[in-house]
Amino acid sequence: MTATGRALRIANGQGFWGDSVDAPRRLVEEGPLDYLTLDYLAEVTMSIMQKARQRDPHAGYATDFVELIRNILPTLRKNGIRVVANAGGVNPDGCRDALIAVAREQGAKGLRIGTVTGDDILPRLDALVAAGVPFVNLDDGRPFTDVRDRVLSANVYISSFPGAEALRRGADIVVSGRSTDPGLVLAPLIAEYGWSADAWDLLAAGTIAGHILECGAQCTGGNFSRWWEVDGWDHLGYPIAEVEADGTFVVTKHAGTGGLVSVDTVGEQLVYEMGDPTRYLTPDCIADFTSIRLEPQGKDRVRVTGIRGGPATDTYKVSISYLEGYKAVGQLTVSGPDAEAKARICAEAIWGRLARAGVTFEQTLTELVGVDACHGPLTRGHATPGEIVLRVGVKDRSKGKVDRFGKELAPLVTTGPPGVTGFAGGRPKATEVLGYWPALIPKDLVTPHVVVEEVR
Amino acid sequence: MKRVPLYAIAHARSGDKGDGSNVGVLAYDDRGYEILKEWLTPERIKAHFGEIVKGRVDRYDLPNLRGINFILHDSLGGGGSASLKTDAQGKTHGMALLRMMIEVPDDYDLPSVGIMGAKKSGGEL
Repeated sequence: MTATGRALRIANGQGFWGDSVDAPRRLVEEGPLDYLTLDYLAEVTMSIMQKARQRDPHAGYATDFVELIRNILPTLRKNGIRVVANAGGVNPDGCRDALIAVAREQGAKGLRIGTVTGDDILPRLDALVAAGVPFVNLDDGRPFTDVRDRVLSANVYISSFPGAEALRRGADIVVSGRSTDPGLVLAPLIAEYGWSADAWDLLAAGTIAGHILECGAQCTGGNFSRWWEVDGWDHLGYPIAEVEADGTFVVTKHAGTGGLVSVDTVGEQLVYEMGDPTRYLTPDCIADFTSIRLEPQGKDRVRVTGIRGGPATDTYKVSISYLEGYKAVGQLTVSGPDAEAKARICAEAIWGRLARAGVTFEQTLTELVGVDACHGPLTRGHATPGEIVLRVGVKDRSKGKVDRFGKELAPLVTTGPPGVTGFAGGRPKATEVLGYWPALIPKDLVTPHVVVEEVR
Repeated sequence: MKRVPLYAIAHARSGDKGDGSNVGVLAYDDRGYEILKEWLTPERIKAHFGEIVKGRVDRYDLPNLRGINFILHDSLGGGGSASLKTDAQGKTHGMALLRMMIEVPDDYDLPSVGIMGAKKSGGEL
């Protein structure tokens, strides 16, 4: 319980960089909240930010976050809402400086901004390898030497305690780099309730609350299998967890918003991106998803209890990205009659012409969108669609070959079967393919760093 | 026995796990969960997905949620930004699993029936 004797209300307004720009604003305006969390980082986001920082030393963080704070800072201050976000990317200090500039513009004296750093081990990578950290691929055991010279970013998933420390030191906004997604929700709980580093059941409960919230509206009606039961798609409510000091919590959303919170919508989000449910590993604990009890508690309210957890491991997970090559994907729209047969002729023409030109690729893709792009054999052979999008793509180490592929699509409009169109976007351009390399690092080799700065 | 789509007795959510995907499938009631446990063997799942799943299928049970979680290894054509596929993250694999036709007792009152293909009590989705 908080000082006022009620559960802490923690919301998540961003499931990934690119999620709804209105959701966070609506969360702070449309009902009571204590904390707003925002998740901006996916596995490849860090490498994109690393490149941005190489071009401009002030860049490398989620610029959308700074714009959001510009818009909602007065409401945050008026309602006493604190913010925890992993918007720092590979440059949390740069993000803080931009936030301070915004706060000064608005005369927000006394606003305190906390940063959590220490997750970025890219500059230390050679020293760590020399010190004996193997960084073998966690998924397939490949040696790190396979990709070392192509590494673009390397970030440790740090625990939730540094973020909690920043909050305890009075930060109104906490900006971190590569913290875990569920940890954004766990950090305020550790700070407010004083949960200790070995309170495994409590840490697991906060982690699971964070897991339910981390993808935004995916627990409030978004992506729900019984979609016909969801109303108000144009103003879906984003999720709020009302968490008690004993780790029990209710998942809900603001009154008057669209969407649906039920045992079924929350249950679906629980199994999203799930591996072994008895061992959900985070830097804070190991959470057991088979211990969770869900029960309805009135309209758009689901109570979550019974959560058990176990001791954290002595390693952190490291997210490493590297340059794997180049890819390009393009598409043509093929109208009927006989759309499918004509689309297949177009595809054969593209691959045949490239082969005659002596260009082959490490990987190619042919998809008929409307026939089998998503569900393969499960939808192939159903009634012939009236029109089809032919989608073709290639991947290769050679950028030149990938660019050559991009020139082979437009000619089909005049050199293929009749009724081929939809080539409006120009030639598909080669883009970099970033490989993902998960690894482990002993916890004692990583030192998170917390700074809280006051706007003057 | 009657043949119905899995959609009529269960719901699902899927996402990526590296170069593979996961599909969590949840029954609507206890009777449906008993059917899921018997029907949804890793072998049947792998056969259902055909060429989509190139690796093995792992199964984990979550009785507290009346659910089963499947890991579909090597099902994303490289995964993440490395994949060329439309569904590079396996977002649609949950819906693909719910297309599976299963047999249930004639007297089982189906929990999920209504409008559109997804809500028909039988037949093709």
